[in-house]
Formats: sequence, C-alpha cells, structure tokens
Amino acid sequence: MANNGIRIAIVGGGLAGLAAAMKIAEAGHSVDLFSVVPVKRSHSVCAQGGINGAVNTKGEGDSPWKHFDDTVYGGDFLANQPPVQKMCEMAPSIIYLFDRMGVPFSRTPEGLLDFRRFGGTLHHRTAFAGASTGQQLLYALDEQVRRHEATGKVKKYEHWEMLSLIQDGHGVCRGLVAMERATLELKAFPADAVIIATGGPGLIFGKSTNSMVCTGSAVSACYQQGARYANGEFIQVHPTSIPGEDKLRLMSESARGEGGRVWVPKTQGDKRQPSSIPESERWYFLEEKYPAYGNLVPRDIATREIFQVCLDGYGVFGENQVYLDLTHIPAETLDRKLGAILEIYEMFVGDDPRHVPMRIFPGVHYSMGGLWVDFEQRTNIPGLLAAGECDYSIHGANRLGANSLVSCVYGGFIAAPAAVEFARNVERNGADGSKIYDDELKRQQEINAGLLKQTGAENQYVIHDEMGKWMTDNVTVLRYNDKLKATDEKLLELIDRYRHISLNDSNMWATHALPHARQLHNMLQLARVITLGALNRNESRGAHYKPDFPNRDDEHFLKTTIAEFSGEGPVFSWEAVDIGLLEPRKRDYTKGKQKAQAAAGGQAEQSPTKEGAAQVPTPGSELKPADTSGPATWGQKKEAVDGAVSGEVTPRPERGDSIDEAGGKTEKQ
Amino acid sequence: MSANTNAEEHHQGLRNPPREVVLRIRRRDRQDGPARWEEFALPYRPNLNIISCLMEIRKNPVTRDGQRTTPPVWEMNCLEQVCGICTMVINGRARQSCSALVDNLDPHSPITLEPMSKFPNVRDLVVDRSEMFDHLKRVKAWIEIDGSYDLGPGPRMSQEDVAERYAYSRCMTCGCCLEACPQYGDGNYIGPQAIAQVRLMNMHPSGKMSRDDRLSAITGDDGITNCGNAQNCVRACPMSLPLTKAIYEENRETVLHGLFGWLRK
Ligand SMILES: Cc1cc2nc3c(=O)[nH]c(=O)nc-3n(C[C@H](O)[C@H](O)[C@H](O)COP(=O)(O)OP(=O)(O)OC[C@H]3O[C@@H](n4cnc5c(N)ncnc54)[C@H](O)[C@@H]3O)c2cc1C
Ligand code: SF4
Ligand code: SF4
Ligand code: FES
Repeated sequence: MANNGIRIAIVGGGLAGLAAAMKIAEAGHSVDLFSVVPVKRSHSVCAQGGINGAVNTKGEGDSPWKHFDDTVYGGDFLANQPPVQKMCEMAPSIIYLFDRMGVPFSRTPEGLLDFRRFGGTLHHRTAFAGASTGQQLLYALDEQVRRHEATGKVKKYEHWEMLSLIQDGHGVCRGLVAMERATLELKAFPADAVIIATGGPGLIFGKSTNSMVCTGSAVSACYQQGARYANGEFIQVHPTSIPGEDKLRLMSESARGEGGRVWVPKTQGDKRQPSSIPESERWYFLEEKYPAYGNLVPRDIATREIFQVCLDGYGVFGENQVYLDLTHIPAETLDRKLGAILEIYEMFVGDDPRHVPMRIFPGVHYSMGGLWVDFEQRTNIPGLLAAGECDYSIHGANRLGANSLVSCVYGGFIAAPAAVEFARNVERNGADGSKIYDDELKRQQEINAGLLKQTGAENQYVIHDEMGKWMTDNVTVLRYNDKLKATDEKLLELIDRYRHISLNDSNMWATHALPHARQLHNMLQLARVITLGALNRNESRGAHYKPDFPNRDDEHFLKTTIAEFSGEGPVFSWEAVDIGLLEPRKRDYTKGKQKAQAAAGGQAEQSPTKEGAAQVPTPGSELKPADTSGPATWGQKKEAVDGAVSGEVTPRPERGDSIDEAGGKTEKQ
Repeated sequence: MSANTNAEEHHQGLRNPPREVVLRIRRRDRQDGPARWEEFALPYRPNLNIISCLMEIRKNPVTRDGQRTTPPVWEMNCLEQVCGICTMVINGRARQSCSALVDNLDPHSPITLEPMSKFPNVRDLVVDRSEMFDHLKRVKAWIEIDGSYDLGPGPRMSQEDVAERYAYSRCMTCGCCLEACPQYGDGNYIGPQAIAQVRLMNMHPSGKMSRDDRLSAITGDDGITNCGNAQNCVRACPMSLPLTKAIYEENRETVLHGLFGWLRK
C-alpha cells in the first residue's frame, strides 16, 4: 500500500460511522473501521419509527425550512442553528440515496416513497421501512461498505474496542489504541484523522432502551484525553418503555395514539389483578390532569407525570410501573393498527396486551449531549472528529422522533470530507516517529495489567448497578440540586471503590470482565459530567426539568454547557448558542399544536434563508469556523450545495412557498 | 411466539412456579479446549429471559453444587431480537437468548444452553460467525450504485414488490437457518442465508443489472444445488424469511443463467 495515501480511522459502525466510511472510501481513501460488535449488529438496528426529511410528496407545503423550525423549536432553542438548517436541507437527498441503495421503504399506490407523521410536526415527513427502519438503513450502508471492503478500501476491525487516542506533542490526534476482544491484544493504529461514531451512553443509567454496547466509554476516553463534552445533562427519557430485568424496551407512542389509556390503582400497593379492579378504583391521572390532551400530552410531560405517580407510591404492585391499557379496544382493531408492537410486548413480557393492560415506565432513551464539535464535526482536538449520537450538535435540549437517524447520516457525511481535508493539510510522519505510539500503547497495557493484578472485595457489576440506580433515580426526569449533589458524591465513592474491584473472571481468553471494567471506569467519569452539568443548570429546558426552577431562563442559560476533564473532575464553561436564523420563542404545548405551528410558519415567512445567515457571529463563538460551506457539502450535487448555502432557489420547488397550513389538518400524536 | 391463553398468570409468574431456575451450560475455556457442562441455579422470578439469568450468574459465578467458577461468556447487544448476536442453542433449538423467556421454556426442568455447532466455538456460548459475512461479500450482496452523491430518487416500485423484498431484508445474520440446515457445514454449502440475500438484491431494479455476478457466486461446488430441500431453515428462521422460496427462485435464475452462460461461450 502506498505510504502516502490518506488513512482515516473510524470508531463505530452504526449509521454515522458507516456513512462516513462509505464517503471516504468512495473518494478513494483508506478506512480502518473499528467496532466492538460486527457493524451489522450495531445499535442503529433498534430504530423502528423512521427517518425525517421534508420531501413534501403529500401536497402539504412541507419544506426543509419547516423541518428546521420544528427541530429547533422542539429542541427548546439550545442547538446552534446553522448545522440544523444544513441537515434539514440535506435530509431529502439522504432519503433518496437510501432509496437508491435498495432500502425497502414503504410506498404509496403510485410507487413513490410513503411518509408518516411523527411527534412535533404537522407534516408527513417520516420515511419508513415497515417497523424496522433503523435496521434497513443500517443494512443498506453495511452493504455499501462491504462493497468497499471487497475492493480493499475499507479494512474492518470488528470485535476491536477502542481504548484511547494517540496524540503527539502538539495535542494532534495521530491514531488510536484498540483491544481485540478475544485475545485482549492491544495495538496502536496510526491514522491521519480519527472519526468517533460510537453512539449513545445509555448504559450509564444501568437499564435503558439502548443496546448493550452503548456505554459511552470511547467518548469518555476522548473527554479524559482533552476533548470537550457538551450539554451532557440533556438526556431524553421516553415515557413508555417496557421494564425488563435486562433492559427497557421501547413501547411506541402509537399505542396511546390509538386510544391507549394510562392508569394506576387508586389504592397504593393494590395486589389485585387489573381486571378485578373496578373502573371507579382506577386513577386515569393523565386524563384527570390534562383534560384537553389526556393520554396524548407531549412526551416530556407524560414522562414526568408517570414518574411522579410512581415516586408517590402509586406504581402497580408497588413497583415503578403504570398500566397502559388497550383492552377496551376490540382485538381486531388492535391487530390491524398496532400488530407489530403488540407482538414485541407479547414476545418479551409473555402477556397479551389485547387482554391484559401493559405495564410501562419511562426509560432513558437518548443523549442530546455529546462530544463538542464545530459545524464540520471537528472536535477541539485537531484530527479528531465525531458524528452521530455521540456528538451534541443537532438536537439541542430535546430530540424529535425520527430526527436521530437523519442526524447520524448527516454527521457522517460532513465528518468524512472534513477528516480528509484535515489529513491533506496536516504534516504527516512528524518527528515524533513511533515513540508516541509506543508510549500510549504502553500506558494502556499498564492500565490492563493493573486491573488484572488488582485484588479487592468490590464487584464490578455491583458498582455498575449502583451507578445505574443513582443516575436513574436522580439524574433523569425530575432533578433536584440536593439530590444531584448527593449523586456526585456517590459517584466519587464508586470511583474510589472501583480501585478495589477484582475482575470476576480468572480466564482472560475472550473475557468480558476486563473490557467491562475499562468501560465502567469511563462511564463513571462521564456520569459526573452529566450530573454536574445538570446541577449547574438552574432552569428547565427540554428534557432537563428542575421543579425548583420550572421555567426556561434564556437570560442566564441560553448557552451550551461545556465540560473539560481535569484530575479533579470536570471543569465547566459555557458557550453562546448561534441563534442567527430563528429568534427563540416560548415552547408552548398548552395551546393546540396547530397554533404553535402557525407561529412557526409565520417565522418561516419572515426569515427566509438569507445569505450569510450561517455566518452570523455570536459572542463566544470563536471556536466555530466562520464559514460552513466548503468541504462540508462534499459529495452532494454542486448546484444543490450552492443553493443550500446561499439560499437561492434550489431544485426543490417547495422552498419559500407560502405556507398553506397543511390543509388545516389537526395533529394526532 | 406462542400466544398466552391465560396471560394474567404472568403477573405472579406461573401457576405453580418452581423455586429455582436451573441452567445447564455447555462450557469451553478456549477455542480448542475440551467442553464441559456446568449447572447453575437462581431463584425463580416471573418474566426472566435467558439473558437476565446469565447476567445474574455472571455477577457471582458459583455452580449449583457450590463451586466457584468463571462467569459464562455470551454475546448480546440489542436485547430485542433484531441484531442477531445473542443466538445460541436453547433446549436443543437455535434461537435468540434475549427473546427466550424462562416461563415459556418450562422452568421445572433444567434449561440447556449450548453454543451453535456449525461455527467455531470461541469460548462458552460465543461462536465466530464471520463466514456468514464473508458469504455476503462473495455473493456481492449490495446494489451497485454509481455513487452516494445526490442523484435524485431511486426507481419506482409497487408496495407489493417492496413487501416481498422487505421480507428478505429482515435477515439479521443470526445463523439459526444454517444451524438447522442438514447440508450446511465444513464449507460445502453456502447456505440459505446468503441465497436469500441474492434474492433480495436480484429483485431490485438496479440490483438486477449485476444479477449474473451474484448467480455465478452461487453456482460453484458449494452452490445452491447442494440444497436438499429439507425445509429446516424456514422453520428455524426467527425473522420468518421465506427461505425456500428464495432458493426456488434463485435456482430457477441460475438454470436460466447457466443456459445463457453456456450459449454465450
Ligand atoms: C429503541 C430505539 C428506537 C429508536 N428509534 C428511532 C427512530 O425511529 N428514528 C430515529 O431517528 N432514531 C431512533 N432512535 C435513535 C437512534 O437509533 C440512535 O440515536 C442511532 O441509531 C445512533 O447511531 P450511531 O451511528 O450514532 O451509533 P450506534 O448505532 O449506536 O453505533 C455505535 C457503534 O460504535 C461502536 N462502538 C462503541 N464503542 C466502541 C469502542 N470503544 N470501540 C469500537 N467501537 C465502538 C459500536 O460497536 C457500534 O458499531 C431509537 C433509539 C432506540 C434506543
Ligand atoms: S431447504 Fe435447503 S437450505 Fe433449507 S435446510 Fe434444507 S437443505 Fe438447508
Ligand atoms: S435467514 Fe433467518 S435464520 Fe438465517 S441468518 Fe437470516 S434471520 Fe437468521
Ligand atoms: S441481543 Fe440482539 S438479537 Fe438478542
């Protein structure tokens, strides 16, 4: 292999990592692709609902600008707006690309892509492939990357776990150290740039809707080596998940959309089976408190109410669960409308939700926070980029449904050319020679050796459980400053106890004990970032809710939280949010959504994408590039790119159309 | 999954719940080491799945007769039966351990867990299924797009055609079909999983254009004609792929392809 060819390392083979790998290989460069699990088994397969893009095939006057407005509004104005706008501009072409790659998207009678409606919008904007959109999208990228693997452009390192970055004397990222999961072999991999695409950190909360590799460990390792972590306190908790001993499985919002009713017995700890509890002894608390919306109150409100009811001791059988009841609806109707999701419940719980109320509870679902990146997905460490759920850039304080998949692909598509651009310009094969690689490798070997030698009475899985329990109890739905402080103290205690674990496996061949111990250390560090970030933010915004500070406070907190690692723990600073395109307005769900949307429409009319909008300077934004064009739109059609940047007419006709209110359709969640 | 006729019993578990759940696990310390059985017991609770049992055992691995041992190693990720990683042989049948509920497995007798037998056994319940991914490479299971830049929408398709493709596209590379197939093993047959993906790609309007490449990949010595039509694969597939239909259709295509290939010579 030519020595001077560009070689990029990508960590993570979910949607974001594979999207980047495909772009880089297609441009003729080499990719080393690392993944704990075979990439085809990445967490992205779990996504069911769909992927957003304002393709506007339903005559509703939808447009990327409206998608942008919905996303920023839904995120409670905490996201920097330029990249969000660019993502929404790119979204239709992303969906078309997946269509060309063979994703079996559901179709209209005319053979066009079909779109469904999701929360937070009036428009049919969500493309879907049956009830397994994430699986289908991931497979399409997996196939394209396998094609590049066959030509030798992509080399996969599956079952290799990244442990740390390799940095030179100037702090430039020069590669990474990874560990093979069967042999525990450690190896240094030089790279001209590294893209982190390792997904979310759900396992910090013990049980979540995330897959088991979603530890946030790689991201935490980067943070501990100097990468900034932004908005860590913003964790989305989904109102309806199915509690399980091993994980919380998602129960789709559509169960309530089709008439599902949430209730608990009026008597605390009632031991009776649900069918023996008469109507008069059931508490339909959502319907009682929100007569207008009933069970269809917005996600964050439903989550908070269910949580509170259980905290107050009304959980079913005294446990953290409430009923989501469909039994009043004819089984035949349920089968027709909700078949697939009922099967999931049946498969994993064993109950038939047609005859027995489902038991559900809010579950940690998604992290809006992540590695700080600029508008080209570059972290503050030169040569290190990030994309996907592990970066913080798109969703602000709250993510809208079906917006994650599109943000993952967008992030990968932006990171790829930016990484190549960096690799082209960076001075390679510097004087540091192999020493930096040997040094970091040795440092990692010593950490492993230390863990192997360690003998103590502590159990790594017990510490993990305790961390998960504390984080779930105190750093999810309702946040109180005293409890957040106590949680941080607990985390410090756990970090201390961690030093006294002994690995609970004496056979090191293909063991999970050592990798888990490494992950646990990193999770504990990241847990502090999340907890202290929440402690610092004395307001309520999106997913972050403090009963003692129930309102959004733009004057003091319209800013990005940034954590940097120090030996003492995270050091916090704040950065202004780029709100150059949309003036922040109050998120108001007490009025009908149509009204809120009308406001959004008005906004759209007043502020068309104006030239230079992306460059509006904001205080404290020196770290961001002044220009968001350039290689960021690499790989897209040139004309479209120009249009997107300058706001001139693009081939997509709906742009700038007057807003006809979607035919006055009312939204059902 | 069998529908539960008297579903309410699950709130309290089974009617006459056992006191404990016993797992018999086939263990192996390293790739070519000897195998052995170990038994573990844990208190019965309603709604356990095999993974949560294994998680509990892992925390404090002591066998049923009180011997300290190493924690059994297994793979897991999605825990929703969609990533395929946690597949193992449970009571003699290859399936996903995340969706195997103890209550449905008759917990009154020991539940046996073994690694799949058709793939190299790495350790305990972990096997190496990389050959399945290699097969996908061999049959070129992808659409040859010109490039990933914006070229507008793909070909129009009827919902009917999409639905047929969707069924094949759900394959999670778990290997249950290969474990069940009497012909698969020792590299003598490429197997139903890869053939189904050939079907998926060959049905697509753009994929069709490179159909011949894929067909020649399944007409070699280990190709499609090794199928003995035992139909075990269809019964084993947790995603209900119409595998025998794929084999039938591709067999037809290869015959035509063979004919034309022969004519071209
Ligand atoms: C149940 C559920 C349903 C969802 N539904 C939707 C939906 O309908 N629409 C939507 O838009 N979003 C949805 N989401 C969110 C969305 O699925 C995720 O945010 C998204 O898939 C994340 O993709 P990713 O590429 O960032 O990372 P992932 O897909 O999580 O991939 C991470 C990759 O990193 C690798 N990795 C991790 N650590 C390391 C390491 N140390 N070394 C090497 N490799 C490593 C992993 O092996 C994996 O390949 C859903 C989420 C859940 C939990
Ligand atoms: S039908 Fe063919 S592929 Fe399926 S199990 Fe039988 S021999 Fe194997
Ligand atoms: S065809 Fe079915 S059984 Fe075979 S690998 Fe795919 S999902 Fe598993
Ligand atoms: S863990 Fe993914 S299929 Fe079981």
